[in-house]
Amino acid sequence: MGPRRLELTLDHCVSYPASNSTKLCVSGVNKTFRRDGKSVHVLEDIDLTVREGEFVCILGPSGCGKSTLLNIVGGFTTATSGRVEIDGEPVRGPDPRRIFVFQERGVFPWLTVEGNISFGLFKLPKHERERRVSHYVHMVGLKGFEQSYPHELSGGMKQRLEVARALAVNPDMLFLDEPFGALDSITRLLMRGELLRIWQAERKTILFVTHDIDESVQLADRVVVMSARPATIRTIIDIDIPHPRELSSRRYLELRDGLLDEIGLAHKV
Amino acid sequence: MKPWERIALPVAAGAVIVAIWIAAVHVSGTTVFPLPQRVLAGTQELAGKGVLGSYVRDSLMRVGAGYLLALVAGIPLGIALGWYPLAARSFNPLIQMLRPISPLAWIPISIVLFGVGDEAAVFLIFLASFFPIVTQTMNGVKEVPEMFRLAGLNFGLSAAQLFRRVLFPAALPQIVMGLRIALGIAWLVVVAAEMIAVDSGLGYLIIDARNAGKRYDLVVAGMLMIGLIGLALDTAIRRLETLRALRWGFRHE
Ligand SMILES: Nc1ncnc2c1ncn2[C@@H]1O[C@H](COP(=O)(O)OP(=O)(O)OP(=O)(O)O)[C@@H](O)[C@H]1O
Ligand SMILES: [Mg+2]
Repeated sequence: MGPRRLELTLDHCVSYPASNSTKLCVSGVNKTFRRDGKSVHVLEDIDLTVREGEFVCILGPSGCGKSTLLNIVGGFTTATSGRVEIDGEPVRGPDPRRIFVFQERGVFPWLTVEGNISFGLFKLPKHERERRVSHYVHMVGLKGFEQSYPHELSGGMKQRLEVARALAVNPDMLFLDEPFGALDSITRLLMRGELLRIWQAERKTILFVTHDIDESVQLADRVVVMSARPATIRTIIDIDIPHPRELSSRRYLELRDGLLDEIGLAHKV
Repeated sequence: MKPWERIALPVAAGAVIVAIWIAAVHVSGTTVFPLPQRVLAGTQELAGKGVLGSYVRDSLMRVGAGYLLALVAGIPLGIALGWYPLAARSFNPLIQMLRPISPLAWIPISIVLFGVGDEAAVFLIFLASFFPIVTQTMNGVKEVPEMFRLAGLNFGLSAAQLFRRVLFPAALPQIVMGLRIALGIAWLVVVAAEMIAVDSGLGYLIIDARNAGKRYDLVVAGMLMIGLIGLALDTAIRRLETLRALRWGFRHE
């Protein structure tokens, strides 16, 4: 095995040289948690490239390490080994250009809707802050609730508020960790539509963690399927259906069944 | 509950208790324990001499001073302990050991330190308020959900901004809870402190009324005054909990 070959296998980001459209490159990422003398190997040799403006879903069984991977990419956790680059620069920590939307409600309960949305806008002049707040209040359908506090809102409204807070700082990437997991199925479906609408309007690069197969097929350009712990990438599936997607189309069902197989689930309950 | 019930029900309950009080005095034939009307007359007598007002003021001043000192010292210390786990691990056992010692047990030491007088009473109130404030503040800061901190960092906040815009507001309901607990205890303790260390205030009124002339009408008048003021203080500080920016942290109804 020559040294050149070694480099190829070790460094995904170099072996697929960053073209202009590469947004995120994860290469050979491993993560081992050590606690009370025991160590848990969570991520194993993760390689992943995401293009600018792409909507990528990360799908995998509970506890496999999806959140861990997202946390590493978001700069909240460091990998045990491997590289993570965004726009060709290594990720060194959280950054307002990339906003994380939390699985549990991450809105600040002590701030109003308006206060939450303008939370990250403290460096902007007042008129620009106000302009953005009103723009995003409108976009996520919270008009009339500007002065409400989160505990006065429904779960779906809080989730939209958190998305608005993230969008207001005009990030170029969004990390969403099962953002709709706690919502009822009707609200969840509506929220997916809203997110797609926003994504198409603003062209963010989105990394979306879910363990819901349908959700991933409805939303993603590509679905990254992870295995159980220690998580590796089993496969990456292209979802080649244009939006808006017909949920009963043959191709949709085909892709969904393919993913079910991939995860190793039967087609019957 | 309808608004009128809010007033009418407690008034009715109070009337029943007063009726039982009157009946009990008559049935037992006691000559020591006063009837309500005697207590009322005693209160008027105190108010007429001007001592009631000045005693209430003295008690409130002592509570105010000790409580304010505890607040000024306790909140920053609690924040520091909540923020730096190492500091908490070092000092918390000591604090939790001192906390269950009744402030009354400190009376001898406070008299040795400050002599008989206002300072000793204020010191006791300070001690009584300090521990709940420190403990609640520390827990409040410690228990701020990790994701609030991460969200703050994500938006590019500096450490100082993170403290001011995330940690402090997130911990504020717990801090306010500590303030409320502390105020209740402070009011309990001022009465005891005044029985020993000073010669004014509601605590002094009670002990003096008994010692000087077995005036139990004045003793009971003093007790009722203490109760009413305690209720007023608690009602006032509870209002804080209903502020819109704080209400999220309290479960109402
Ligand atoms: N800070 C930590 N310390 C130790 N172990 C951890 C830590 N965080 C996560 N783990 C472990 O890593 C594994 C993966 O966790 P992770 O939260 O990434 O899973 P997930 O795929 O997001 O699961 P879910 O779908 O249930 O959210 C779990 O077994 C978990 O116990
Ligand atoms: Mg997770």
